[in-house]
Amino acid sequence: MSKAIVMNEKDNVATALCDISEGSRPVVIGFKSKQGVVVKSDIPFGHKFALSKVSENEPIIKYGEVIGVSTTFIDAGDYVHVHNVESLRGRGDQ
Amino acid sequence: MNFYGYHRKNGAVGVRNYLVIMSTVICANEIAEAISQKVPDSVPILHPQGCCQMPVDLKRVTSTLAGLGINPNVGAVLLVSLGCEGVNLKELEKRIKNSGRPVEKLVIQDIGGITNAVNKGVELANLLAEELNKQHKEPADISNLVVGIKCGSSDTLSGLLTNPIVGLTVDKIIESGGRVVFGEVTEMIGAENHIVNRIINPEIKNKVLGAITNIEKRAKSIGEDMREGQPTPGNIKGGLTTIEEKSLGAVIKSGSKIIDDFIEYGEQVRGGKLTVVDSPGREPELLTGLAAAGAQVIIFTTGRGAPQGYPICPVIKVTANPRTLCKLHEFIDVGFDVNENIEDINSVFDEESNKLLQYLNEICNGKQTKAELNKYNKFINIYVTGPVI
Repeated sequence: MSKAIVMNEKDNVATALCDISEGSRPVVIGFKSKQGVVVKSDIPFGHKFALSKVSENEPIIKYGEVIGVSTTFIDAGDYVHVHNVESLRGRGDQ
Repeated sequence: MNFYGYHRKNGAVGVRNYLVIMSTVICANEIAEAISQKVPDSVPILHPQGCCQMPVDLKRVTSTLAGLGINPNVGAVLLVSLGCEGVNLKELEKRIKNSGRPVEKLVIQDIGGITNAVNKGVELANLLAEELNKQHKEPADISNLVVGIKCGSSDTLSGLLTNPIVGLTVDKIIESGGRVVFGEVTEMIGAENHIVNRIINPEIKNKVLGAITNIEKRAKSIGEDMREGQPTPGNIKGGLTTIEEKSLGAVIKSGSKIIDDFIEYGEQVRGGKLTVVDSPGREPELLTGLAAAGAQVIIFTTGRGAPQGYPICPVIKVTANPRTLCKLHEFIDVGFDVNENIEDINSVFDEESNKLLQYLNEICNGKQTKAELNKYNKFINIYVTGPVI
């Protein structure tokens, strides 16, 4: 059984506690309301997927805090990482 | 928690009794190492700093070396100086002497060459070793302990499981009368809310926030996105996407107690139960900051597997990542067993933190950490903020 964890009710991402295969529906530990998402690609152990749709340039929330913003539209179940999220801090390039 | 430790004249209690051969400048490293190789059970402190730096950094290197010299685990010190360095040798010697420790010094340029310096150094070190051997372990308890906390080579499980267990351990250490110090100010960027909520004293709050702003400003002044520098490529492979995510997971290791002191790098922990030391996240500089602050033992959480210890402090490596534990058991001390019981997370965290406290107690009583057994504790550095000039 594949599992993922959510740290705060406000979070829009969950973290995989094992390798999760594309098309599976992991059990989400932490908050009952966050169940039922089908992942749209393989999610490696320790990596994140979206629990709901996120428009471009919207906050990604984990631990109840903003951990960055989306650089593109992210669908529920999409893999969330450096390819579609950027940091708001330590940005000497902006 | 009770243990047997080495009671120093200044009231501190060591969990080890090291004879330190301390190089005062990069140019004296070889001689300090050569002396140490000829004196059984001595420990060399070698580093790449101490000369051609801005005065503020030279002061910081001097005070940090003094902090290492008076770490409770150090029983005696031989200072090895080249003779023309920027480090203030007189001040360094005075500070170590004032702590009541036996200290000797050797100036290579005065003594005339490598052979003479090594021979004289061995002679002085052997005399110090005699002093050291007269010291015996006496009963001590957790109120004598300052524990340093650090995370390294983190993955997302560090923030979700390993750091919360260590955070709970920190709470228990403080509740039992011990003191804790942590740093890694870079890894507070984006987690300011979680830090500030735990500081009552406005002056300390401003100092911590100022330190976070300063380190972010310095990173931004280079004109690049800091990603790849922080989080590191390894962090990213482990699932950490941004510095904010890394920071939010990192600060959890400091537990839930009030942060009641802030010290500069190179300064020592005072009466504070939970102290922040201004320092970056990288191991060689951060571990030095914790050791100079007076930590006798360091708890080091790791996700992907960081191997290093520290020359004068036992460093306990812990992880809740079962793959890391299995693959890298050679340098992991304590593996937290979480995955099967994740539904009952609070009782698992409680049980695993008690396991860590038990291990900490054994280490204080003389059991060797994996890094000590592996002798993976040689390379250190001192955090400087200005250029080499």
